[in-house]
Amino acid sequence: MDRMETPPLAKERTDGHDEPSPVSPRRLVGRSVRRLEDPRRLRGEGTYVDDVHVPGMLHATVVRSPRAHARIRSIDATEAKAAPGIVAILGARELGGDLRPIPVRLVPDERLLRYLQRPLATNRVRYVGEPVALVVARSRAAAEDAAERVEVDYEPLPPVTDASSAPPAPLFDHTPDNLASLIEEAFGNIDAAFARAERVVRLAFRTGRHSAVPMETRGLVAVPDRGAAEGRGRLTVWGPTKVTHFNRSVLAAMLGWPEHRIRLVEPDVGGGFGARGEFYPEDFLVPCAALRLGRPVKWIEDRVEHLSAINHSREQRYELALALDSDGRFLGLRAEIVNDMGAYLRTHGTVVPGLSAGMLPGPYEMQAYRCRVRCVLTNKTPTGTYRAPGRFECNAARERLIDRAARLTGIGRMDLRMRNLVRPERMPFARGTSILGEEVVYDSGDYPAALAEAVALSGFRMSVPDAVPGAGARAGAGSASGDAPEARPESRAGSAANAVPVAPARESGARAESGTRSDGGSYGREEPGRYRYGMGLACFVEKTGTGPFEGARAFLDRSGALVVATGAADLGQGLETCLAQIAGDALGVDHAGITVRHGDTDLIPHGVGSFASRGTVMAGNAVHEAVSELRTRVLERAAARLGVPPGDLAIGPGGLVRGTGGRSCTLAELAAEPGLEMVRYFRCEQMAYSHGVTVARVKVDTATGLVVPERIWLLYDVGRVVNPSIVAGQIEGGVAQGIGGSLLEELRYDDTGQFLSGSFMDYVLPGTTDVPTILHRDLGRSPSPRNPLGVKGAGEVGIAGVGGAVANAVADALADAEREDDELPLTPERVWKRVRCNPSPQTPAAAAAGGRNPV
Amino acid sequence: MNELREVAVTVNGTVYDERVEPRLTLADFLRHSLGLTGTHVGCEHGVCGCCTVRLDGAAVRSCILFAVQVDGHRIETVEGLADGESLHPLQEAFSDHGALQCGFCTPGFLMTAIEFLERNPEPDEDAVRDALSGSLCRCTGYQSIVAAVLDAASRLRQGA
Repeated sequence: MDRMETPPLAKERTDGHDEPSPVSPRRLVGRSVRRLEDPRRLRGEGTYVDDVHVPGMLHATVVRSPRAHARIRSIDATEAKAAPGIVAILGARELGGDLRPIPVRLVPDERLLRYLQRPLATNRVRYVGEPVALVVARSRAAAEDAAERVEVDYEPLPPVTDASSAPPAPLFDHTPDNLASLIEEAFGNIDAAFARAERVVRLAFRTGRHSAVPMETRGLVAVPDRGAAEGRGRLTVWGPTKVTHFNRSVLAAMLGWPEHRIRLVEPDVGGGFGARGEFYPEDFLVPCAALRLGRPVKWIEDRVEHLSAINHSREQRYELALALDSDGRFLGLRAEIVNDMGAYLRTHGTVVPGLSAGMLPGPYEMQAYRCRVRCVLTNKTPTGTYRAPGRFECNAARERLIDRAARLTGIGRMDLRMRNLVRPERMPFARGTSILGEEVVYDSGDYPAALAEAVALSGFRMSVPDAVPGAGARAGAGSASGDAPEARPESRAGSAANAVPVAPARESGARAESGTRSDGGSYGREEPGRYRYGMGLACFVEKTGTGPFEGARAFLDRSGALVVATGAADLGQGLETCLAQIAGDALGVDHAGITVRHGDTDLIPHGVGSFASRGTVMAGNAVHEAVSELRTRVLERAAARLGVPPGDLAIGPGGLVRGTGGRSCTLAELAAEPGLEMVRYFRCEQMAYSHGVTVARVKVDTATGLVVPERIWLLYDVGRVVNPSIVAGQIEGGVAQGIGGSLLEELRYDDTGQFLSGSFMDYVLPGTTDVPTILHRDLGRSPSPRNPLGVKGAGEVGIAGVGGAVANAVADALADAEREDDELPLTPERVWKRVRCNPSPQTPAAAAAGGRNPV
Repeated sequence: MNELREVAVTVNGTVYDERVEPRLTLADFLRHSLGLTGTHVGCEHGVCGCCTVRLDGAAVRSCILFAVQVDGHRIETVEGLADGESLHPLQEAFSDHGALQCGFCTPGFLMTAIEFLERNPEPDEDAVRDALSGSLCRCTGYQSIVAAVLDAASRLRQGA
């Protein structure tokens, strides 16, 4: 079903908008209803954290380390304390005993405790941007002025900036090698697999450090009740999101307060993507300052500090070896990964490298697997999750490896994948690995169908000579090294434009680099071979719907309107609308009149939050259960009132409960008495696994190294879709972020550990002219059997395969897919150097020589 | 530096007389002095476009203008777009096309696009992408925003 294909600018995504809806059960789920969040955000009436204003509010700013690694000799705040408007300067000396380590949220492990970060550096700083003191003043400007006068005397220590080479110094004296953790995943007999191999293909791959960078920076407003510090009243904190209940527990423990005296409230949130909402040093410092001063304190992060303070992600190096038999079947995969963790372990502990290790085998059958991840500390910003954490990286590395294998075996890229994809009859498929302490068992999906559809959708096979007819693995097997490349048409790279006969997606004038001029001439004609074109694809599986539970509280207010509250969070993704659709179907009323509340710890006793593509899966099913049971109670009450059996009643438009024989009453009448209220917690022991195939077509300007993504296709299956328009937004937004991580974004450091990406001039986010047309289609075949709604998460599907597809497309364009190493992001500088090192398309002989690896 | 200066400015048709510090940015003036918090601040260095407002009709970045610079001028912000209960056709198109998610960048896109559509009532996709290339959105991937602006152009031409 092609409901999700979105030809550019001609989308059919507005089905059902604003119809006066004669609602019946199941009418809302599956429809692109308008989002309930939209009107307030379109009018500028949303309430983001910096819009929260409390009388008497003070303003805080953080003094941060300008050095990567140093001992703090002294902090002199004399001058700062004399600054106009200053209220307080809180350093490690002032906060002393309150500075407990921030605990790990996911998969705690006591071996990690000694690498945790405290809210302020005590006697040593370990990255540029590490908080050293908090300055509180009567205005933000005054706080910033005073912060500049805080004199910190640093004694420099040798900085560690490369996780892969021998460290010049330990970050923690108790760990000389800076190895915080070693993660291992394995199944099958890997030595036997490699011993049996007809061919072994290796690849070194690197993904660059980058991060979520939501458009709204972080911020908090901590408001103590009068006398809160003396044990009277409560503390309210505006601005937390994502995991408010967990963060409340952490704050309570760090303050030594009972949880019930703390309320965290999520306002409108300007994007999160995994990084925002975790418990950071400021999440302690700001409430702590408010309590000490007995005044409300606001802290709004600026963009410069955001880039060095929020969790970074993605910096991994892979050494991969794939063993194949003579038919191109994967026998075994060996992986050595180094994950640059940054200076401390934060709330994610070692979850990100663990996800890479558990998901690297992806959607492919293989008999044996062995992966080892070294989690290494460096003097850089600590790391955590960012949309498809661990998978953007491992999918890119694996898919690039498979393209290299295809090139070297002579089996077509699509064909090689097709031979190895897990087939639908193998579902549920036990992967043999584990993530987040849970065994990986794919629940449903037709991976070969997704690949076939993606190829058809993108014209992948037609446009790129995929394999030499008749050339299989056996054709190349005669080579002693096993590294003979597939024969490629000589003309391909020389007149590469001809290799992609598909009409260009958009020859945008704004992009300036288009191959054809408006006068019909070709830039390429002037400089033959300047532009090269390529396509690449990547198959992936996505974990979604992480447990253990999420809750929903549902009740009818006195007007008969349905109110639903949950512990999950909305960081902009449209959770309110999705839950209202599910709730509306469950009760039988229109979604527009439903109030969905979230992210406030006072709403519901237990909450887990929004991460790991779990909101719709976990909160959605909780809402479904709670409201379904509420409906039963409503009908029972109506049945008693109207004197008809509950089974003869229906809830219809306008909140009218109608029975047979014309008898009816309103929901408001039924809700006049207490009792129409329900709380349900949905538990799920196993995750739901979405999957997809991403295809990229790129144009490479060999003169400048600029890679222009011309079009992205994505074929996906996310189970049952609640709101196709919202899913489309998740897909397209994820793809755009993937483009950023593949081509533009990198958080860079120099050799001294100085941070080089502290502004949007230095850290390039993709804009309207960097993101191409994205064509996507929902395969729609595989609802999850693991929850009543059949839904799977969709939030990370868009980004998961982009890195691999783009890396493969660039290698295809440069006709160097056999190269032994590759990396992301493919910035113009890197691509330009790559072209210079390898200026002409390789002859098969040269490729064979270059492709022969030391084993 | 802290000597206050008089600023008289018309914002969304209302005249304000305020005394401000010379270093106060226009964005902070709108948000914190006037309480018009629909204008958002995403980078404070003129790159992201979230803070875009109209100054005498022209789309400008309020984070890199000082409030004292707009003395005697006319400012329009996102709060002035809708006509009472009725959203502006551009706002309607944004909602119809899924052109906003978290909504943080949205006011900047709206104010940029509205100025663009006044100058270019019949744009094509390339022109829209070019016009919006100075604004960043981290949620949508832009496709829906471009579609919404093109759709709004059509609605505005039909006098919607």
